[in-house]
Amino acid sequence: MDQIQTLLGPAWLPIWTLVKIMAIVLPLLIGVAYLTYAERKIIGYMQVRIGPNRVGPKGWLQPIADALKLMFKEIIIPSGSNKNIFLLAPVLALAPALAAWAVIPFNDTMVLADLDASLLYVMAITSMGVYGVILAGWASNSKYAFLGAMRSAAQIVSYEIAMGFALVGVLMAAQSLNLGDIVRAQAGGFWHWYFLPLFPMFMVYLIAILAETNRSPFDVAEGESEIVAGFHVDYSGMAFAVFFLAEYANMILVSLMTALMFLGGWLSPVPFLPDSLFWLLGKTSFILFLFLWFRATFPRYRYDQIMRLGWKVLIPVSLIWLLVEGAMMQTSLGRFFH
Amino acid sequence: MIKWIQQFFKTFLLIELLKGMAVTGRHLFLKKLTIQYPEQHTPLSPRFRGLHAQRRYPNGEERCIACKLCEAACPAMAIHIESEQRADGTRRTTRYDIDLTKCIFCGYCEEACPVDAIVETHIFAYHGEKRGDLYYTKEMLLAVGDQYEAEIAAARAADAPYR
Repeated sequence: MDQIQTLLGPAWLPIWTLVKIMAIVLPLLIGVAYLTYAERKIIGYMQVRIGPNRVGPKGWLQPIADALKLMFKEIIIPSGSNKNIFLLAPVLALAPALAAWAVIPFNDTMVLADLDASLLYVMAITSMGVYGVILAGWASNSKYAFLGAMRSAAQIVSYEIAMGFALVGVLMAAQSLNLGDIVRAQAGGFWHWYFLPLFPMFMVYLIAILAETNRSPFDVAEGESEIVAGFHVDYSGMAFAVFFLAEYANMILVSLMTALMFLGGWLSPVPFLPDSLFWLLGKTSFILFLFLWFRATFPRYRYDQIMRLGWKVLIPVSLIWLLVEGAMMQTSLGRFFH
Repeated sequence: MIKWIQQFFKTFLLIELLKGMAVTGRHLFLKKLTIQYPEQHTPLSPRFRGLHAQRRYPNGEERCIACKLCEAACPAMAIHIESEQRADGTRRTTRYDIDLTKCIFCGYCEEACPVDAIVETHIFAYHGEKRGDLYYTKEMLLAVGDQYEAEIAAARAADAPYR
């Protein structure tokens, strides 16, 4: 290692950083591929069928086949569309979904960029993703895509607030915006994880991230039974695949964030087992499983009901719990949060 | 008022949603109903109406007597028959064509046939590769009948008590 470092000289740092970025992005892309497989399998099982099982043993190569198919398909650009924005939109959707991973701590030491305000960074970056959706809907120059984009914009604005308040609860408890410090503040086993004292916040956050990632039952931006496929009706081939990638990368990201902020991240639930990355991955997988379970269970919300839930239920609940939490922290009950 | 409070807690604690998730959660572990088609098949009724066939008597003589009842019964007008008198005085078809792209597989031809000559078999997986491949002539129909006579006869026998 040292020899390579002296050999490369000043080029060492960027190269080493690139290696670390690849070490995050490549497993993430494989994770996305197999999340689609898991989704088809689990939803299939919940609908009493067996899902894809033809490509490779038990269908394990299905995501590879899907990716190959999408890569070799033609990208059709509608004649009425704005070509540049049309092609820029998927990139704008994917880039934030990947950029947010820069500050995610995987265990006590494994983190690419240990920012002091990493929570704020993640919030800011993930909110950028909606621009991809809006521009896609706008550039397609089609009614359905446009409707999908409008819905997505309104929905994300509404749920961003509830999600932000839920996270304010977390950072009040942890007294830090650094994701690593937030996890370290939950040390001490299962009973110290924040989902217990902050249970209402946890539920609000869980619902808000469903809306934030446009997942069922909040997938009105896609709404295949009413507006065909929403913002990505006109996309095909790899351009469509990039949207897909962004959606699933976002899903994994928000699940990981839930694990970090409410479920103790890489910390072990019991004292006699060591803390490790695998706890984090396990907790993330559990939240992802919940995503799929919700999708298999709930019908899509009507658009006005989504707005009602976001503004009249989730935001008041999180605001009230913020007050309760603040008041509790001024009394002896504050020890629940430390 | 009490009802309103009950309703409030019921929705607020997401009880109905949890009930729904319990249903899908249970179904995750149920035995799966999928039939793996090329390897497994669903059972077919003896009355199944698939590809047509022309049958023969055991002595090799074709059954069809060119009465044209099937042609008259056919609602899709998919059958075309031409006939002549043979040297032994019997009437036989010279042409018996079924256009399978017109056919709606209603089975009326089979019902109309007084001698059980035209029948529909249980074959449903067949195809044509070019235009006209699904225009079945007398020879093709007889060939199908010859190939599957045992199964056709078995299906007719199985259904006979209910006719």
